[in-house]
Amino acid sequence: MPLTTIESFSVSYLQVLDENGVLDRALEPELSDADLLRLHRFMEMARDSDQRMLKLQRQGRIGTFPLCTGQEAPSCGAALAMRESDWLVASYRERGARLMRGEPPTQDYLYYNGFEEGAAMAEPLSMRRTTPTQVILAAQTLHAVGIAYAMRLQGEKDTAVVTFLGDGATSQGDFHEALNFAAVWQVPVVFICQNNQWAISHPREKQTRSETIAQKAIAYGMPGLQLDGNDVLACYRATREALDRARSGGGPTLLEAVTYRLLMHTTADDPRKYRSEADEQAWWRKDPLVRFRKYLKEVKGLLTDADIERIQHEISEENKQHVQAFEARKDFKPDASFDFVFGTRHAVIEEQRALFLQDLARRAGAGEDGARTAAREEAAHG
Amino acid sequence: MAKLNMVQAINLALMQEMERDPAVVVLGEDVGVNEGVFRVTAGLHRKYGAERVIDTPLAESAILGTSIGMALGGLRPVAEMQFSGFSYLAIGQLEGNASRMRARTRGLFSCPLVMRMPYGGGVRALEHHSESREATYAHFPGVKVVIPSTPRKARALLVAAIRDPDPVVFMEPKRVYRAFREEVPDEEEVMEIGRADVVREGTALTVVAWGAMLHPTLAAVDRVQAERGVRLEVIDLLTIAPMDVNAVAASVQKTGRCVVVQEAPRSFSVSAEVIAVINDKALMQLEAPVRRVTHYDVPTPYFGREMLYIPDEDRIGRAIEETLDFA
Ligand SMILES: Cc1ncc(C[n+]2csc(CCOP(=O)(O)OP(=O)(O)O)c2C)c(N)n1
Ligand SMILES: [Mg+2]
Repeated sequence: MPLTTIESFSVSYLQVLDENGVLDRALEPELSDADLLRLHRFMEMARDSDQRMLKLQRQGRIGTFPLCTGQEAPSCGAALAMRESDWLVASYRERGARLMRGEPPTQDYLYYNGFEEGAAMAEPLSMRRTTPTQVILAAQTLHAVGIAYAMRLQGEKDTAVVTFLGDGATSQGDFHEALNFAAVWQVPVVFICQNNQWAISHPREKQTRSETIAQKAIAYGMPGLQLDGNDVLACYRATREALDRARSGGGPTLLEAVTYRLLMHTTADDPRKYRSEADEQAWWRKDPLVRFRKYLKEVKGLLTDADIERIQHEISEENKQHVQAFEARKDFKPDASFDFVFGTRHAVIEEQRALFLQDLARRAGAGEDGARTAAREEAAHG
Repeated sequence: MAKLNMVQAINLALMQEMERDPAVVVLGEDVGVNEGVFRVTAGLHRKYGAERVIDTPLAESAILGTSIGMALGGLRPVAEMQFSGFSYLAIGQLEGNASRMRARTRGLFSCPLVMRMPYGGGVRALEHHSESREATYAHFPGVKVVIPSTPRKARALLVAAIRDPDPVVFMEPKRVYRAFREEVPDEEEVMEIGRADVVREGTALTVVAWGAMLHPTLAAVDRVQAERGVRLEVIDLLTIAPMDVNAVAASVQKTGRCVVVQEAPRSFSVSAEVIAVINDKALMQLEAPVRRVTHYDVPTPYFGREMLYIPDEDRIGRAIEETLDFA
């Protein structure tokens, strides 16, 4: 008997604003001027803090951190599409979304300078629904599915979850398990893969033989869409549509935002080992910020070059102050690591804390040891 | 002879074993073109090509699972976990399969593979990059756990691990990676797995340490010896599992006093096992309770505070003095 086609699939690509700033009016999302300006502000903010942190790191004033430059659109676009009550279950390259959700900029400075104080989250609902920076690749995608299940079971029908991961992380079993569970359970999750072409030194083509990451959705029984991840209007639009579908009981969606990590993986990485400057230059020409600024100026008439410069200056000053505030901070109690081991105090831990503090006191007391302790505290406080 | 740091010494072992045995393959994340995030695999990809130095897709369970298959198929895989903090994703494969393949097939199959990984703190790294979880791996019967302390031993032990007929978890103290250089012979050198090394001979007290902790231990020992005019014995454990219990027992039988130093959290740890060994084999010779200097049972502090929690020369020296003074 001849083979018959029993299913066939296609994968779509969404772009609203191309790299030359040409707009597809039919796809342009309806956003208020205030929303557009907010989006712009936070993209600039994310870019500025990235650049500032890079300088601080090079001066030894902050530790190793991952850079987000060039990847502002997927995270800021998604954050704008989300409600305050939605959950953000991100990875480590979504500084823009975190800032938009209300994370104080000093938190990242503290976290990346080795202080748990930077892991403390602020009060607004959006931050109580933002999980911490995730280092274990793809683990968070399963958490997102569980959270979505919990929301539905507890009657929060209008709440959805947005989770982020990288192209490399799509090779982890956790990611595939998350897609499968989400689809089987039909829970309201939007998976956003920031396909920035690289997993440290490993190129996207060697990560998966699939033509697209978006098409992986098909195998699990959910919609998948590839989009221009340097086009913030496409990022907003795609996330918004996926969230609307999720809220109305339509289940999960996988979005593949095609973007590029313009700088190093982390400050410890040297991209010259594995990719060319020409490759990077080609992507700098697709800079999401340049494109969006042009849209705001030329299509919307919302900003002039002078306005943009003023905004950048304001942001830069603001960030400078955040750095000063963070560097002035000295209230780091040494035994903080004993504070959150369990929900209730436990005798074993408290005994160890006492010995730890006794030991520190002894060092501080003893003459020559005093100097050593001072040196250690100096080191501890950066 | 050349003076090498630990990164270079491990690289030498990999180079020479790949040269000697075409069955040896290296696989992991960023180990090929990028030569490893610490450059431990420098030059391997260029010399032996992408078929034997494999840049894998990003999945630790798959790296170890396929290593098991490669070992079953006749290869000698050396799998890198980029940091020990990500190796737990491979534990299902290690515990459930690699550790018991020999027993499961009554000796027909075995899993001669090495799971290498940098571990430990003191390098101002991000969270999940500073843990010391050797006890976790030591608790799996059928798995050998090796932790070198110096470049020369790292080289000689890795060669042994690659040639070993069973799965070896090879934990590399990243704090030592570039800390100092040591003469490493060009010609082949192999150290037996399962043997501790008595690095200082003495009579007054035994200190047991391993990995990065050996170095503050030696500094503390030198100071106390100089100040008190006593001779202290230092055992570098090297193989965590199966432990060289006779070396520990013989030393403590001789000295009657012991301090154990570890970078890992205190409870349910390798130091507890050392004390249990002493209890079994040297209790009657003990003249003082065995002291241990450890990290604490807390989630690993971020690097701003980590040095307050990791045992250092000062804490180790004090424990030694108090144990010597115990009457
Ligand atoms: C489970 C796990 N394995 C390995 C690592 C080490 N590591 C950190 S980031 C990274 C590459 C991730 O690439 P991708 O998912 O594409 O995200 P990107 O960094 O490009 O945003 C690797 C291998 C990790 N953090 N977690
Ligand atoms: Mg990537």
